[in-house]
Amino acid sequence: MRDARAHIRRPLGARLWLSGTWLSILALAAVFAPWVAPHDPLAQDLFLGRLPPFWMDGAEPGYWLGTDSLGRDVLSRMIHGARVALMVALVAGTLTCIIGASLGVLAGFYRGWSDRIISRLVDIWMAFPPVLFAILLIAVMGPGLVSIILAIVVIDWTRFARVIRAETLSQGAMDYVASAQIAGRTRFNTMIAEILPNILPTVVALLTLEMGIAVIVEAILSFVNLSISTDSPTWGGMIAEGRTSVHQAWWVLVFPLFTLFLTVLSFSQLGEGLKDRFDPVLR
Amino acid sequence: MTQFLDIRNLTLRLRGGPIILWSVSLRVTSGMVHGLVGESGAGKSMIGKAVLGTLPRAIEVMGGEVWLDGVDLLALPPRDRRRRIGETAALIPQDPLTALNPSKRVGPQITRRLIDILGWSKSEADQRARTLLDEVRIPDIPRVMRSYPHELSGGMRQRVLIASAFAAEPKLIVADEPTTALDVTVQKQILRLISEMRIRHGTALLFVTHDLGVVSKVCNSLSVLYAGRVVEEAQMPRFFMRPIHPYSRALLAATPTYLDPDGSLQPVPANVIEDVENENHHHALRAGYDV
Ligand SMILES: Nc1ncnc2c1ncn2[C@@H]1O[C@H](COP(=O)(O)OP(=O)(O)O)[C@@H](O)[C@H]1O
Ligand SMILES: [Mg+2]
Repeated sequence: MRDARAHIRRPLGARLWLSGTWLSILALAAVFAPWVAPHDPLAQDLFLGRLPPFWMDGAEPGYWLGTDSLGRDVLSRMIHGARVALMVALVAGTLTCIIGASLGVLAGFYRGWSDRIISRLVDIWMAFPPVLFAILLIAVMGPGLVSIILAIVVIDWTRFARVIRAETLSQGAMDYVASAQIAGRTRFNTMIAEILPNILPTVVALLTLEMGIAVIVEAILSFVNLSISTDSPTWGGMIAEGRTSVHQAWWVLVFPLFTLFLTVLSFSQLGEGLKDRFDPVLR
Repeated sequence: MTQFLDIRNLTLRLRGGPIILWSVSLRVTSGMVHGLVGESGAGKSMIGKAVLGTLPRAIEVMGGEVWLDGVDLLALPPRDRRRRIGETAALIPQDPLTALNPSKRVGPQITRRLIDILGWSKSEADQRARTLLDEVRIPDIPRVMRSYPHELSGGMRQRVLIASAFAAEPKLIVADEPTTALDVTVQKQILRLISEMRIRHGTALLFVTHDLGVVSKVCNSLSVLYAGRVVEEAQMPRFFMRPIHPYSRALLAATPTYLDPDGSLQPVPANVIEDVENENHHHALRAGYDV
């Protein structure tokens, strides 16, 4: 009588654990950066330039992951860089999600003219090359945190709109929606109370994916020097600087790159993991 | 005897496309079971949806009336229509899997209408849901009410939906192929349950099916729908003894329970199908619709 799936207590899952742990560490480091970072991330000391990480010959105690060519502490710069990365991820991801998902739900649920307008807008939007779009926007607005966040929202809301619209369409065709209407629910109420909970897993998965994308976009823009000013360290900026001296000091490039990779991977794994947990049928 | 549901000359079409129902008329008497038979795609579900106010947006009402309990639903503003339908009618759907919201527990899905439409208190509604779940013979009711739909089998879900349909004591229930999605072994039980419940509650039933065998067991009268048009309307015993329309005869001959004396199963002959389609075509031309 009971479905067999209900008996399988799904363990929390390694990926949910690992990605959650990494992102929590990162978040803590970002919030408490001034206290956690062993050094001032901007302090230069040319006598301490290109120190290797702690396990190598010539390492200086206290500079765990070495220093760059200007003698700035790599670990401290990465910790401070996490602030920018997570800030962009959180704000840009959430805004993109809210705007894109709302439009997607409206188009998919009400269909008719609202769908025609929104779908047409998405099509037109997606015809623009996104990177060009971002560079244009930042050229007009000037570099800075706000420009980056805006660029990400402006480029990526269509991803949410398309996916959520499709999901809403398929949910809307189900009999439970008809039943709710026969039972006297208004259309708006049906959308909020019946359909929304069922597309939430998809929204969550997309949101975390988007956060990962935001981190990458920020890094890319920093890499091409279009991000925020040079006095706050960013992973992308570190990667750009590290690239020029990779043969003398690989660590300046490799540590931020690896952190970036791990963070983006964690976001996408967190999304997948949460989707499974949220999904009532898989739960 | 009053006609609780009286559909008069209902014509539906796909917006900017073909006609889906051709001036369909159909009556369901209070407390009786009216069968609606026809092959897949004939437009049976559309009739049910017109009655329950859940027509897809792509479908346009071109004409006709749907009288439910003395009120023409199509003449009401949407808000009043919803309330009216909510108070007097309910649906037993075809697919019990998609008819329950997967993200909500079963209990609240049954009590929702009682609280929303009839204004009952939560505890009254809960009590009522338990009574109904007991009537449809669901074991361990507290657990089922706390379950999510996917934790129940198809048969259980359909029982829940039957309980839910009867909960607000509607005067009419539309059962849209209520057993089609179920295992053969469960189908009979569910069929018997629906019959039993509607006798106990005195509910009129519009019973949609493509199975004449089922009709012969539960219905008092029936309409045969073919390609969006009612080709025959009949009282029960008469239909099986003397079907009038050629399509009805062909359908009857193609139903395994009503084999010819020589035991062979007759497919619906192509010329019968052509005849009805020509009829539709002429009707369309007369009515001035694009075909
Ligand atoms: N949402 C829809 N949009 C457009 N056409 C539809 C829709 N649903 C059904 N139809 C068309 O309406 C006709 C009748 O469908 P339906 O009432 O579901 O048939 P039945 O229930 O008898 O199998 C079919 O030809 C089908 O293609
Ligand atoms: Mg149908």
